[in-house]
Amino acid sequence: MVRSVNVELLTENIREMCIQANHFLAPDMDRAMREAHEKETRPLAKQILGQLLENLEIAGEDMIPICQDTGMAVVFLKVGQDVHFEGGSVEDAVNEGVRRGYEEGYLRKSVVGDPLLRVNTKDNTPAIIHYEIVPGDKVEILVAPKGFGSENMSKIYMLKPADGVEGVKEAIINTVREAGPNACPPVVVGVGIGGTFEKAAILAKKALTREIGIHSELPHIRELEEELLAKVNEIGLGPAGLGGDTTALAVNINTYATHIAGLPVAVNICCHVNRHIARTI
Amino acid sequence: MDRHIKAPLDREEVKTLHAGDYVYITGTIYTARDAAHLRMSQALDRGEKLPIELDRNVIYYMGPTPAREGRPIGSAGPTTASRMDKYAPRLLDLGLTGMIGKGKRKPEVTEAIVRNGAVFFAAVGGAGALLSKCIKKAEVIAYDDLGTEAIRKLEVEDFPVIVVIDSQGRNLYEEVCK
Repeated sequence: MVRSVNVELLTENIREMCIQANHFLAPDMDRAMREAHEKETRPLAKQILGQLLENLEIAGEDMIPICQDTGMAVVFLKVGQDVHFEGGSVEDAVNEGVRRGYEEGYLRKSVVGDPLLRVNTKDNTPAIIHYEIVPGDKVEILVAPKGFGSENMSKIYMLKPADGVEGVKEAIINTVREAGPNACPPVVVGVGIGGTFEKAAILAKKALTREIGIHSELPHIRELEEELLAKVNEIGLGPAGLGGDTTALAVNINTYATHIAGLPVAVNICCHVNRHIARTI
Repeated sequence: MDRHIKAPLDREEVKTLHAGDYVYITGTIYTARDAAHLRMSQALDRGEKLPIELDRNVIYYMGPTPAREGRPIGSAGPTTASRMDKYAPRLLDLGLTGMIGKGKRKPEVTEAIVRNGAVFFAAVGGAGALLSKCIKKAEVIAYDDLGTEAIRKLEVEDFPVIVVIDSQGRNLYEEVCK
C-alpha cells in the first residue's frame, strides 16, 4: 500500500525541530552534562560546567539559543519505500522548513551560498540533506544543526589495514587533542570506521546523533568506545579546554564493511551543544 | 583570582592580569569576526581609517543570533580566535589591548601580545545565552551588510572571561594539556 505524504508536513516539522533543537538540549545530552558537573573534580572546570548548565536554563526559559552558532542544518531523512510524496519537491520542502525555522526562531543565518565567493544566503539554506530508503510507509526526520567551531576540527584518515586498531585509536585521540579548546569541550566524538571516504564521514556524523550512554551493539566496538572515552578524558583538556576531568561526554563509533586495501576513519567532533532531534511521521 | 576591570582597557591594568585569572569586564567593547577583520585589513591596506578606534580597545570575536523584541542582542558566545590570527598582530600593533574569543592562537599573535602589552581572554564557548545577559546595549556601527558579522559596539556589565594569554606571554591552554 502506498501512503501519500504532503511535503508541507516535512516543512512544518523541520521548522519546529530547528527551533526546538537550538533552544533545548536533547535529554541525553542534558543528563550527560549534569553528570559531568557532578563528577568533575577540578574547581575551575566545575565552575565552567555550572555556567553551561545555567546557560541551558536561560536558553530554555528566555528562548535565547543555547549557542550563537545555531549551525548549518543537517537533516537525515529515512524514507519508507511505500511513501509517495506529494505537493512539491522534498528538497524544497526541507529547505523551506529550515528557512522558516531560522527566521521565526531568531536563529543565526550562518550559511554562505558559495564557499569561495562567500555571500550569506540570509536564510541559513541550503540544508545538508542525507536520504535513506528503508522498508515501510513512515518518514523519520532527524535534524542535527551543526556548529563549525567543532566541525572545523574534524578529520578523516585513510589508514592502511596494517595500522589496525592501534592506528584507529591514535587517530581518534590525536584528533581530540589537536581540536583542543577550539571545539568547545566537553565534546562528543562521532567516529565512522570502514566504508569508503564519504561513507566513513557520514557514519561519523550519524554517530553524533546516537543517544549518549547507548553503546554499539558489537562487543568489540563497545569495548573500543569505552576505552577511548577513558583515554580521551586522560588528555586533561577539560571544559573550555582550561583543564579538567571532562574532555568528552561520549565516543560513539559506527562501522561498515570496507575494501581489502583500506581502513578509513572519520572523526567528527561536536561541542557540548550536540543538537539532535528526531520525529517520525 | 577574580578581578573586575573596565573597558576600554589600559595597558597598566593589562600588566596586572595573569593567565588563569577570572575577570569580569564592564564597559564598552566591539565585536568583529572573520568578514569584518578582512574588511578592516583591506581598509588599512588602502590607507583608510578604520570604523573603530583601536587604541586601548577590546575586540570580541562574536557574531550573535538576532535579538528578540525588547532585547539588545541574541545568543552571544565567542567564536574560534585562530581564524583571526592572520589579522590580530597588525591590530595589536595599532593599539588594541584585548581580544576575547576561544581557542589557541599562533605564536605570531602571542609575540604581538607580549610586544604590545596586550591580553587574550577566553569566554566560555557555547554559553551564548548566559553571556547575552551581560550585554546591556548593542549597536551596529559598521559593515551593516555583513549581518551577524557586522561590527557592533557593546555595553557590557560583569562580562565573565578568563585570561588565557597574559602580557608576559604565559598561556593557560599550554599549561593544562598532558
